[in-house]
Amino acid sequence: MTAKIALSDVHKSFGTKDVLCGVNLEVEKGQSVVVIGGSGSGKSVMLKSILGLLTPDSGSIKIDGRETVRLARGGRADIDHQIGMLFQNGALFDSLPVWKNVAFCAIQNDGMGEADARDLAVDALKQVELGAELLDLSPASLSGGMHKRVGLARAIASKPEIIFFDEPTTGLDPIMTDVINHLIRDCVQELGATTMTITHDMTSVRAIADKTALLYKGEIIWQGTTDALEASDDPFLNQFINGLPHGPIEVEGQQLDAAPNAEAD
Amino acid sequence: MATIGAFFLAFSAQAGRLSVFVGQTLASILRPPIYFHIIGQQIIRIGYFSLPVVALTSFFTGGALAIQIYYGGNQFNSEAIVSSIVALGITRELGPVLGGLMVAGRVSAAIAAEIGTMRVTEQIDALTTLSTDPHKYLVAPRVIAATLCMPVLALVADIIGIFGGFVVGTQSFGFNAAIYVQRTINFLTIDDVTSGLIKAAVFGFIIAIMGCYNGYYSKGGAQGVGRATTNAVVSASILILAANYLMTSLLFSS
Ligand SMILES: Nc1ncnc2c1ncn2[C@@H]1O[C@H](COP(=O)(O)OP(=O)(O)O)[C@@H](O)[C@H]1O
Ligand SMILES: [Mg+2]
Repeated sequence: MTAKIALSDVHKSFGTKDVLCGVNLEVEKGQSVVVIGGSGSGKSVMLKSILGLLTPDSGSIKIDGRETVRLARGGRADIDHQIGMLFQNGALFDSLPVWKNVAFCAIQNDGMGEADARDLAVDALKQVELGAELLDLSPASLSGGMHKRVGLARAIASKPEIIFFDEPTTGLDPIMTDVINHLIRDCVQELGATTMTITHDMTSVRAIADKTALLYKGEIIWQGTTDALEASDDPFLNQFINGLPHGPIEVEGQQLDAAPNAEAD
Repeated sequence: MATIGAFFLAFSAQAGRLSVFVGQTLASILRPPIYFHIIGQQIIRIGYFSLPVVALTSFFTGGALAIQIYYGGNQFNSEAIVSSIVALGITRELGPVLGGLMVAGRVSAAIAAEIGTMRVTEQIDALTTLSTDPHKYLVAPRVIAATLCMPVLALVADIIGIFGGFVVGTQSFGFNAAIYVQRTINFLTIDDVTSGLIKAAVFGFIIAIMGCYNGYYSKGGAQGVGRATTNAVVSASILILAANYLMTSLLFSS
């Protein structure tokens, strides 16, 4: 069986800065993979490469066995159609009300009329436990947690086969974090979707991962199931999941032996 | 020497990227679908809301032009000269150019700020993942709207600018109103007006393209958006003046 998403030896640098240095990762159909790694380790760059928003310098990214690197936008229209994405900061269109955001794909690409689009938006909002009273609000008037959930509703509104989540819980309080984790879990089970979630939040890993991969210095240096993760004695992994300031991981910009700072993204 | 080389390299890289951007925009204008409702919204924003700025600018310019011609020229036969030179100066040059510069300040800046914010908040990436071409959805409607609106704004500027000269001529210098109007109409040719309107259409294209281009490639948060806004206005203004010089020498060289 071919993997739903397969990255092999993906390289990407910006100028002299090498961000991805040979990433290898496979995601099976229906699997929920979580990629963890520190701030600035290239997690978003990896996602954007899969989405075709960035072009890798070399390597291969296959979706359903089809090579997507250097595929023109028009040539991957059918692939784009089966992908949903929740951006790190929601990326809602602030010139459009909530319902037009959520039903954007259907309105733009399928020419859906207003009444149907609003119904679709109500359904998608219900899945993320939001009510219809939000429909006509502007994204600017939403709180952080609601913003994320509306973004999630937009990502799942077209019932995609693959969904990407870029730091879905960053910047949220612990309760909202829990809510979002469960929403992701539920949405995925309901849709039977394949998902890749990027995070540096271990509660998300425990809540949603079938498989976890650790990205460090542009490579996946560890991957395995959640059970294997807890059992592992890999020093890099241990340092990351336990949030230790000292260990083999070099934190970008931190002096040796300096006071450990929680790095904000 | 090295800095000149670096500057030249950066300049050619920019010019190359801008050419590709213009090419993509033209291609997306020609390819269906066309988002008529977005073009309509942009016509209101770009055209309608620029009317007061353009009208005021050209009224005062027409008036000032009349005063300069009256006192600067030979006051003998001034009545004929003021009306004709105001009409000519406004329709051929000042209406489209000053209108273009004013709209550049308003519209290029607004477009660059809006699209730049969409870029740094990943809304442009989101458009792409929602299977919508940002060139088609964001750039093309603005370029179409600005290119259509600018000639109309220039025509308004022509009429109001000539009216400004007329007010000064009749009120300050005691010219006969009917004769002033008659002379203006007799003197102006259709070509004077159309040449100005063609220029205005080109300026409209420049205004929207520079706003979109600078916004589209902005990076680095709020500061980057601010930089994009400034660059959009400055580059649009310079390109308008350069394009005006080129077009004047082409249109009037014979
Ligand atoms: N478009 C870009 N141009 C230049 N550098 C970039 C770009 N996108 C990301 N980077 C750099 O790549 C590195 C990884 O970024 P990113 O993938 O966003 O990190 P994270 O793992 O926190 O999501 C960062 O150092 C960032 O500065
Ligand atoms: Mg990131």
